[in-house]
Amino acid sequence: MNFISPIFTHTQVQQCLVDTPAAAGNCAIETHDLTIYYGDFCAVRDINLHVELRKITAFIGPSGCGKSTVLRAFNRMNDLIPSARVEGAVLFGGQNIYAPTVDAVEVRRRVGMVFQKPNPFPKSIYENVAWGARINGYRGNLDELVERTLRHAALWDEVKDKLQQSALALSGGQQQRLCIARAIAIEPEIILMDEPASALDPIATLRIEELMRTLAQDYTIIVVTHNMQQAARVSDYTAFFMVDENRAGYMVEQGHTREIFTNPKDKRTEDYITGRFG
Amino acid sequence: MALTSTKQALVSGKLPGKLPGDLPGETASDTQSLLHKRFRLGETFIQGFLFVCGAISILTTIGILYVLGHESLLFFRNPDVSLLEFFTGTKWQPAILEFGILPLFNATLITSAIALLVALPLGLSAAVYLSEYATPRTRGVLKPILEILAGIPTVVYGYFALSFMTPLLRTLFGADTVEIYNTASAGLVMGILILPLVTSMSEDALSAVPGSLREAAYALGATKLETAVKVVVPAALSGITAAFIIAASRAIGETMIVAIAAGAGPSFTLNPFRAAETMTGHIVRISGGDLSYDSIDYNSIFAIGLMLFFMTLTLNLISNRIVRRFREVYE
Repeated sequence: MNFISPIFTHTQVQQCLVDTPAAAGNCAIETHDLTIYYGDFCAVRDINLHVELRKITAFIGPSGCGKSTVLRAFNRMNDLIPSARVEGAVLFGGQNIYAPTVDAVEVRRRVGMVFQKPNPFPKSIYENVAWGARINGYRGNLDELVERTLRHAALWDEVKDKLQQSALALSGGQQQRLCIARAIAIEPEIILMDEPASALDPIATLRIEELMRTLAQDYTIIVVTHNMQQAARVSDYTAFFMVDENRAGYMVEQGHTREIFTNPKDKRTEDYITGRFG
Repeated sequence: MALTSTKQALVSGKLPGKLPGDLPGETASDTQSLLHKRFRLGETFIQGFLFVCGAISILTTIGILYVLGHESLLFFRNPDVSLLEFFTGTKWQPAILEFGILPLFNATLITSAIALLVALPLGLSAAVYLSEYATPRTRGVLKPILEILAGIPTVVYGYFALSFMTPLLRTLFGADTVEIYNTASAGLVMGILILPLVTSMSEDALSAVPGSLREAAYALGATKLETAVKVVVPAALSGITAAFIIAASRAIGETMIVAIAAGAGPSFTLNPFRAAETMTGHIVRISGGDLSYDSIDYNSIFAIGLMLFFMTLTLNLISNRIVRRFREVYE
């Protein structure tokens, strides 16, 4: 692996982490002055945040504040939008994933993603889980992998008798858990979740949240959510985003979820949390 | 009725809100007359007009079928014709009352198979390129060009086959092996003819695959090629299959190219470099000559036409079935 040393000095990193209680070294992802453009439009600017290893970090904020854009920068999903341009750095294990030598495909192999709307492949349940492993050259026993993964995703008991049936026959909540299973089947280090429960009913939502808590023992999870109760229930850390007068998103503050929700440092965070706007 | 019960509910205080009569200048009967069903002349007229348009096309089809069936029946009822000979005979020589459709059928199969061998791989690849790889600008340039290709009259393709493809084949394989009229040349050019059809329909099917499936594949660390070949193409398979089948039925029914370049005389051969007459080519040649209306020759081309009709009908039914059966609901 090419190791490109971070372009920022240690002091600068400390500087941008000064507001956060976490100790360096347990960091899964950090960003430095991350600014993302769509053409000439600046979608988010100067994001300096960091994500704790094997914790759940929630991104909250009003619509259009760039939470999803930042999330999609973490596995270079924005590369698929031709007009998108990224400035600054996203450090993943100390490596800037936007360095010219970095292969986006390799990044996505290690940073998985679950989307807002369940999007299983129009294939069998088994194939959905096995697909990622297969294209990544998995050499082990696929049957075992599929069972282990589906158990991990708390879906095995519901689907074990119909593994060869189409994934599209499952309910929305089951489909979403299948998508989570599909993501963890290739054992990524980080799982990005873009409003994973917003298309689901409350019971299915609850099950997804329970699953997230279980997965947090092994994975770093970053979740974008519109639902503040969900952020409060499920996450360890919360980052609050806002949108400025030029419609560019920026991060207001981040910290322990408990503190953000009970004792926010910034007035804007307090106003948003207490429902005064947004 | 419903209005009255609502009104009663309002009066008895069960529902919040005002009675229609409460508003100044509006009474209950006003509301009733406002909601009264109105007769719209234009609506009735347009509905009738559209129905007639639809009916004309159906009636025409029935008329064509009737003529085809009627003339074919005259042919098959002729004492000189036997059904068994028609389907198994390897000679089609109306002059000596030999009516075996196999040589014509065989030539049609050869030209169509060659055309499909050209058009399917090329068309699908081009469709994958257009839908998955090309930038919007490239696609904006290429698609109209492709559609222009589809607009060239087939007679031009016919002369292209005769004056370009045949000499090319003769240079490549030797003038001794390749006859001047041959099914290979006609088939290859017919492949170019149906290429835009295959490309365009396959591209539509690929583009209809939701972007969320591509995102899912990329998020699992798939490359562009893996995404295209292992997710997008399988997801669009029903549409692609339908495109292939429609292309096949177009190839079977194609006339001008084979009439010009494939040969003018039924011959039962599997060699694509030999001349052979296809079903459509034969119909064109015979109907161009001076045949009397009640001769057996005249009736025989309707029998061939009927066979063509059944072939394309079968293919279209299969394609409909495939599309319906394998149509993937993505959500």
